[in-house]
Amino acid sequence: MADKLNRRDFVRRAVESAASVVMLSVCGPMRSLGRASEEAEAEPAAYDATKHYYGMGVQIDKCIGCGRCADACKSENDVPREPFYFRTWVERYIIDSEREVHVDSPGGGIHGFPPPATEEDILRSFFVPKLCNHCDHPPCVQVCPVGATFKTQDGVVLVDQDYCVGCRYCIQACPYGARYLHPEKHAADKCTFCYHRITKGMLPACVEVCPTQARVFGEIKGRSSPLHRLMKMEEIQVLKPELNTEPKVLYTKLDGEVR
Amino acid sequence: MQAHFAELGALINQISGFIYPNEIELQWSILIVIYPYLTGLVAGAFILASLEKVFNVKELQPTYRLALLCALSFLIVAPMPLQAHLGHPERSLEMFLTPNGNSAMAMFGFVYMWYLMLVLLLEIWFDFRADMVRWSQEARGIKRFFYSALALGSKDISEEAVAFDHKAVYTITLIGIPSAFILHGYVGFIFGSIKANPWWSSVLIPIVFLFSAIVSGIAMILLIYYVSSLVRGQQPKMPCMDKLASFLLYALILDFSLESLDFIHRLYESEESIHILSELIVSKLFLSLTIVQILLGTILPLLLLAFGRYSRLPAELKRIIYVLSAMLIQVGIFSTRWNVVIGGQLFSKSLRGLTAYKLEIGGQEGLITAIGFLILPFLIFLLLIKILPPWEDEKETVPAAIEA
Repeated sequence: MADKLNRRDFVRRAVESAASVVMLSVCGPMRSLGRASEEAEAEPAAYDATKHYYGMGVQIDKCIGCGRCADACKSENDVPREPFYFRTWVERYIIDSEREVHVDSPGGGIHGFPPPATEEDILRSFFVPKLCNHCDHPPCVQVCPVGATFKTQDGVVLVDQDYCVGCRYCIQACPYGARYLHPEKHAADKCTFCYHRITKGMLPACVEVCPTQARVFGEIKGRSSPLHRLMKMEEIQVLKPELNTEPKVLYTKLDGEVR
Repeated sequence: MQAHFAELGALINQISGFIYPNEIELQWSILIVIYPYLTGLVAGAFILASLEKVFNVKELQPTYRLALLCALSFLIVAPMPLQAHLGHPERSLEMFLTPNGNSAMAMFGFVYMWYLMLVLLLEIWFDFRADMVRWSQEARGIKRFFYSALALGSKDISEEAVAFDHKAVYTITLIGIPSAFILHGYVGFIFGSIKANPWWSSVLIPIVFLFSAIVSGIAMILLIYYVSSLVRGQQPKMPCMDKLASFLLYALILDFSLESLDFIHRLYESEESIHILSELIVSKLFLSLTIVQILLGTILPLLLLAFGRYSRLPAELKRIIYVLSAMLIQVGIFSTRWNVVIGGQLFSKSLRGLTAYKLEIGGQEGLITAIGFLILPFLIFLLLIKILPPWEDEKETVPAAIEA
């Protein structure tokens, strides 16, 4: 076939394919221009928020503290690289024989952890990945004066950064330190469960890159989801249950020392 | 931006124990310290003014109008540090237009407007109406027009009209007292309702805020009355000073008791957070809490006031003791606000470490801006007493001049 392609055919095909590329690139934007606003809302027609209710499982005994989750999160979500801003990070707990608890999270654990100072004396040690708990009863949503932070139908807590006034009351109200003020946007920022990904059926970036599958993302209510299976097979704990925030980040093998 | 990052980087060295990584940046700066300090002065000054009107404490008559104008000056400035602190000040109107009904902060605008429009401005207007009418009749040109406009065109200074003014002032004061309580109790609630923060989360916080507000308001009016009398070349009236000192002493005792109760309660309950809070008090807050707030700002003025009020000292000396106590109290109450607002952010919500706050000198949230917001109310106050002279003696001379 290929050797039968003469110069005339080649030019014709080249022009045709160039024209179709031009047509596509022009028609695409035109289509979205012509689309009415309600159509735009209905655009993720395939996605129905009422049919989902998300949560994340975190298996403490599987986390190796590599910090790839925190790194991937920063890349995926335009989180400043400076070590003062995190949507997710990893903490290391070392409990010594005196039951003294040592916690650290150098640079959010992005570059892993240095060897522990007291190697002989360790009673137990483990890593705890942290992120927004997407509480069912979120104090941040309660306190936001303008309603810029809100809970979606699928259970994710989001911030409308074009609406946030930057008063930082939500940051004060979050018991988990999961929020920060974005230094460029001057608005509150936090984990969205990678909402732009999960509404397309993909996994959050941190879950995607975790080499040990310590993070399990999915439907809390769906019966056939991996998260549901985890909830069925393991004992589940949440952070600071006494505050009645009802987190949807569910931990397995969570030590009582973790706050 | 880079400078900000460098500052945060430098703060890392001052952190002890473990904090969540997002906690390195302290969110509410000195501007948010000024906000409850100013609203406290508003509420305190108003409550003092109402003592004269509603409870008929005649000795306080010379301070009534001073207190109202002082409250107004502070109230005008109170939202400014909040506005300056916002990440998006241009969106602040959304708090009025699309408030979240569940948010304690969203109610601020409404509480503020209620207090400013319906209580303070109305009361001041009714109280000064007859004077404004007189001044407009007495003056010429622009001044005449100005006072006539301030009086909203009213001209009636008949006995019935003035009697109605008095009645209106009385009624507004009656509404104003609970409003003043709400204004500052509400500010306390903004902090007290944050369950994530054990230093703030206390049902007593709004009440402690209220009583410290009354203390600061009375102390401020005592200072203003003293200074304004001196500037006008008059002796401050001793019965008035004595009465102010008495009320200041009572309020201070109540305030100190409530704060002690809060402290003892926390210590006795000894909850999970007690370790980190104890560490906070003996390290980062030692100077501002133990030394300035408790010793210099509360116990010392308490002793001074009690001594000055109930000993047989010459009037001159008593006045000096009162004024000194009032100044100490101002410093003490400012530290109280500092210890609540900044103190509440100096420990990690992991309860495992202490963070740090470095007060900048310049910049949007720096010391210079803060001092500006603290001076501004006094400039507004100076302007207000130029426009609406609150002096009792001059008030009496004006109608005499008209009769002549």
